[in-house]
Amino acid sequence: MAKFKKKIGKGTPGISTSSLPDIIFMLLFFFMVTTTMRDSTLLVKIKAPGATEVQKLEKKSLVSFIFIGPPIKKQFGTEPRIQLNDSFATVDDIPEFIEKERQSHDEADRKFLTTSLKVDKDTKMGIVTDVKQQLREVGAFKINYSTKKGFDK
Amino acid sequence: MARQVSEINAGSMADIAFLLLIFFLVTTTMDVDTGITRKLPPPPPKDQEDIKVKERNVLKVLVNKNDRLMVNGKPDDISNLRAEVKEFLRNPDIHSPNSPENMPEKRKEPLNFPILGGDVWPSKGVISLKNDRGTSYEMYIKVQNELAAAIRELRDELSQQYFGMRFGQLADEKKIKAIQKTIPVSISEAEPEDIGGK
Repeated sequence: MAKFKKKIGKGTPGISTSSLPDIIFMLLFFFMVTTTMRDSTLLVKIKAPGATEVQKLEKKSLVSFIFIGPPIKKQFGTEPRIQLNDSFATVDDIPEFIEKERQSHDEADRKFLTTSLKVDKDTKMGIVTDVKQQLREVGAFKINYSTKKGFDK
Repeated sequence: MARQVSEINAGSMADIAFLLLIFFLVTTTMDVDTGITRKLPPPPPKDQEDIKVKERNVLKVLVNKNDRLMVNGKPDDISNLRAEVKEFLRNPDIHSPNSPENMPEKRKEPLNFPILGGDVWPSKGVISLKNDRGTSYEMYIKVQNELAAAIRELRDELSQQYFGMRFGQLADEKKIKAIQKTIPVSISEAEPEDIGGK
């Protein structure tokens, strides 16, 4: 009988927090694996258009990005502009940009280089066409039009 | 005589881990990059003459600066585009070198795919996509999307017919190649023309 009586009057035992670090580490590793580093700050506003036939962009390290859209800061105007790396650029800077991207990769990887065009959906095709023509000139034929999955309602 | 090693206090471990966690939450992004992959054609040689293609082998898709669509000379709506492209690129009898009068011709050289049961004649049909400089990017992507969807659906049908599963589910490299070659992505983007301004 005494065995049972002992419990009376004893408050609830505190929850053990010794496994808390493990739980947090688990979360940490989850986020480290599923996310990617933000590599460049956007200077242009980009609202990607929607599409249903999207493919996943494989091998992120082999992708170079070209951003086209209206500048976020109003002092740079409202016309769509091209952003390469971390600064504004013009169409004529693209060959140099592509060449640099090529130089920074192995010879074996070069033919897998993809250029991803991240373009705001309200941009006119004129500037996009100019960029595409430049890419053709320098031989960067693999391109990817960045889109979201699904259409906006 | 070993000195007693005092245990390291692990109480702050959680705080350290939290700090790291928050750092990674802030500096990384979760978005997966998705998009429509296309291959640009190499630039044409300077002295190239226009390649003559028979009228019946081309489906002309034009998008003007007001995002209106014209398919083979007739104004059209984006909702019909997929069906029209499918109808145009459809290759009902892949084992025959001839096609009906109102359909695009077949290629002269057959491809040999034992998986598909011997020689296969892909369609010669080409979709010619032409847009204006004033076309919005959104509309352009919509059109590209419909074209991609039409081709994907045709591939699915063919794959269903021969292998009993959708094209996206195929795992055998040979089967994928055979389907890809039989129904190629034949989209030609015309050289840009400056009409209509910005």
